[in-house]
Amino acid sequence: MSEQMILTQTDLAERFPGKVRRDERKGYEGYIVEADALLQVAQTLRDEMGYDYLSSITGVDYLPDGYMESVYHFYRTTGGPALVLKVQTPRDHAVVPSLVSLYPGAEFQEREAWDLLGIRYEGHPDLRRILMWEGFAGHPLRKDWREPYYEEDAKPFKSRWPDGHVYRIEDKNPFHKNVDYPPDFDPDQWVADNDAALYASLAKIQSTLDSSLKTDTVIVNMGPQHPSTHGVFRMVVLLEGETVRALKPVMGYLHRNHEKIGERNTYIMNMPFTDRLDYLSSMSNNFGYALAVEKLMGIKPPERAEYLRVIMAEFTRISNHLFAIGSLLNDLGAYFTPMLYAIEERELILDIFEAVAGSRMMCNYFRFGGVARDLPEGVYEKMRDLAFERLPRRIDELDLYLTNNEIIRARCEGVGVLTPEQAIAFSASGPLLRASGVPYDIRRADPYSIYDRFEFDVAVRYHGDVYDRYLVRLDEIRQSIRILQQALRDLPQGPILAGKPQYQVRVPPGEAYGRVEAPKGELGFYVVSNGKPNPWRYHVRAPSFVNITALETMAKGNKVADVVAILGSIDIVLGELDR
Amino acid sequence: MTEKELNQPGYEIPPELRNQVAVTTIDRIYNWSRRSSIWPMMFGLACCAIEMICTAASRFDLARFGMEVMRPSPRQADLLIVSGTVTKKMVPQIVRLYNQMPEPKYVIAMGACASGGGPFKEGYNVVSGIDNYIPVDVYIPGCPPTPQALLHGLITLQKKIDSQTLREARWYKKEVSEVIPVPVLGPDIMDPREYELIRQYSKQKSAAGATASAGADSNPTSTE
Repeated sequence: MSEQMILTQTDLAERFPGKVRRDERKGYEGYIVEADALLQVAQTLRDEMGYDYLSSITGVDYLPDGYMESVYHFYRTTGGPALVLKVQTPRDHAVVPSLVSLYPGAEFQEREAWDLLGIRYEGHPDLRRILMWEGFAGHPLRKDWREPYYEEDAKPFKSRWPDGHVYRIEDKNPFHKNVDYPPDFDPDQWVADNDAALYASLAKIQSTLDSSLKTDTVIVNMGPQHPSTHGVFRMVVLLEGETVRALKPVMGYLHRNHEKIGERNTYIMNMPFTDRLDYLSSMSNNFGYALAVEKLMGIKPPERAEYLRVIMAEFTRISNHLFAIGSLLNDLGAYFTPMLYAIEERELILDIFEAVAGSRMMCNYFRFGGVARDLPEGVYEKMRDLAFERLPRRIDELDLYLTNNEIIRARCEGVGVLTPEQAIAFSASGPLLRASGVPYDIRRADPYSIYDRFEFDVAVRYHGDVYDRYLVRLDEIRQSIRILQQALRDLPQGPILAGKPQYQVRVPPGEAYGRVEAPKGELGFYVVSNGKPNPWRYHVRAPSFVNITALETMAKGNKVADVVAILGSIDIVLGELDR
Repeated sequence: MTEKELNQPGYEIPPELRNQVAVTTIDRIYNWSRRSSIWPMMFGLACCAIEMICTAASRFDLARFGMEVMRPSPRQADLLIVSGTVTKKMVPQIVRLYNQMPEPKYVIAMGACASGGGPFKEGYNVVSGIDNYIPVDVYIPGCPPTPQALLHGLITLQKKIDSQTLREARWYKKEVSEVIPVPVLGPDIMDPREYELIRQYSKQKSAAGATASAGADSNPTSTE
């Protein structure tokens, strides 16, 4: 594989002379592509070189150098490392061609880069703001954009320093809250129509529906306050009778500025923030971020820490999938009973997390080069009991009661189908991708940490419907238990942290993309360092966010009641979807 | 109903009527029934909502307090648990939901974010505390608060309900209770009650910008 990689890499710069050049900056990898050649290069990547999976798109604002950069990470679904492309564009006129026509999975990620960084993707079918509302002033992730509570560019702030004068930031704001308005603004003249563009894009679809039979269509808003949208998620559905003709997800109701805050924070300060991304599986989030920064720093954790990491990540996967299965059943109408069974087991796993990390949900357990604490007394026995005795039994029980239940099969089989080609094109990941018959698991395809040592199967199912997604999750729980049993058996003694614990880590300049197979899919952290104590760019490629791109395709043609089940089968969590 | 809580009439009850007749005040029986069947709204915002679900599940069990009936519709709910980070994009919906709840209604700010912005306070899309927009009865600290902490908050709310009296309850007053104006999403979030202030601020800002030669200010949206 690596030989082939070298071959294709040399090919690319020679193949498009003058258009593609190697990224020669220190600590960077990949190629810099001229904007006008991007589509051509991407097509070559996809059709000739097998890079069929566009994992992540984001932008970086290089303010001192005066340009913006759009960064692409391509992978092969057969496995192997990334190919990174970059397109540079001037800051005041940031325009990059859109890749949606080649990789439909780019749709929301490009919208996000437009919303937060102001990079205009030309040729995008529906380029609207996605996390902020239409009408918001400015593109907040630009380096010269300042939030109303701005104090300094980077933490630690002087106002919180021991010998400095501590003040409340509210007292400095004339409104005593987190708001700011542009000059010459008259609120009475403001026409609040934040959804105009959204409804316009739906109306466009409405007019193209074939009308051999004259029926009326109706637009229905589900959410953000809706019991089955898993949080503050909103779907705007175009219905013909009860059949879904179009669906637009609306998000950002939980957009809590993770990336902007992350770029002000020091590296280690971001660790507890990652807990709050996918708050059902905080350990996995820690894992991804630790990997990315460790890649930059060039350190490796000691053996025992690696094992502890894997153990925690797999326990997280089990607890997440239990919750996902429980809430899917909730969405199907089995109101709360299966959920109670699932939560019961989850609580036992949370007990372990609480004992190990000090908190049930927000574990903040990983450190760069290891983990924060060793196992306290008695926890190892508890984990063994769970992995060898209790969990296998309870999973079989769930399986027995649910899998062949007639109602579940009737509601789930053949609903919300996603073909393997579609799944790859939409950059779907995790159980969503594997239920469509693509055996792509990062733990196997691009192994990180010590996953290459364990024996486990990649759970795959082939129908791509809601039922198969449920089954894949059950299978994955079983595989996780297998990994846990091996890891607990082999857990060595030794140190848990490479070097001394430190508050301020030294991170050499460069970029790194660390990705893990989180319970919900591929969780990637793109970190750019300029050698300072704070990351220059900190981007999260959240699996829920990218997976939701495929929702419309899955929902189209189904009844509105099934949309709830389809959404439940994707297993989104809003903390990470909106970040 | 326990004798102690309800049956303190200050009268002698004949022995043959004991345990058959209860003499109490309207306030006491009214509050007792209200506090024992609070229906929270099924409304989760963020991480805290997961702990809220865990509190409702079998291990911690909200039903012990008569609160297990979670209603997704604000029209049927007595209690709004603001469980998580409140963003500017979400505030209009929360205020609208609050307005739609019938009186008597209560609000719990669950967790650091809902109480005061929490770890995300400095974010450009984050509201530093829901109490900027709607009145809050009980604040629960924690990030997220453990189920035990939430239960303690709910018990605190019950105590608050116990101490209320019909004579002073705002939902029995003749005046119609005021509807909170729904914030508007403009260039930033705008509270309709503050339009005058916003206008002044904006004017001042443009005046300051004109005097300080606009070229030097590369950042038009910064506050000083």
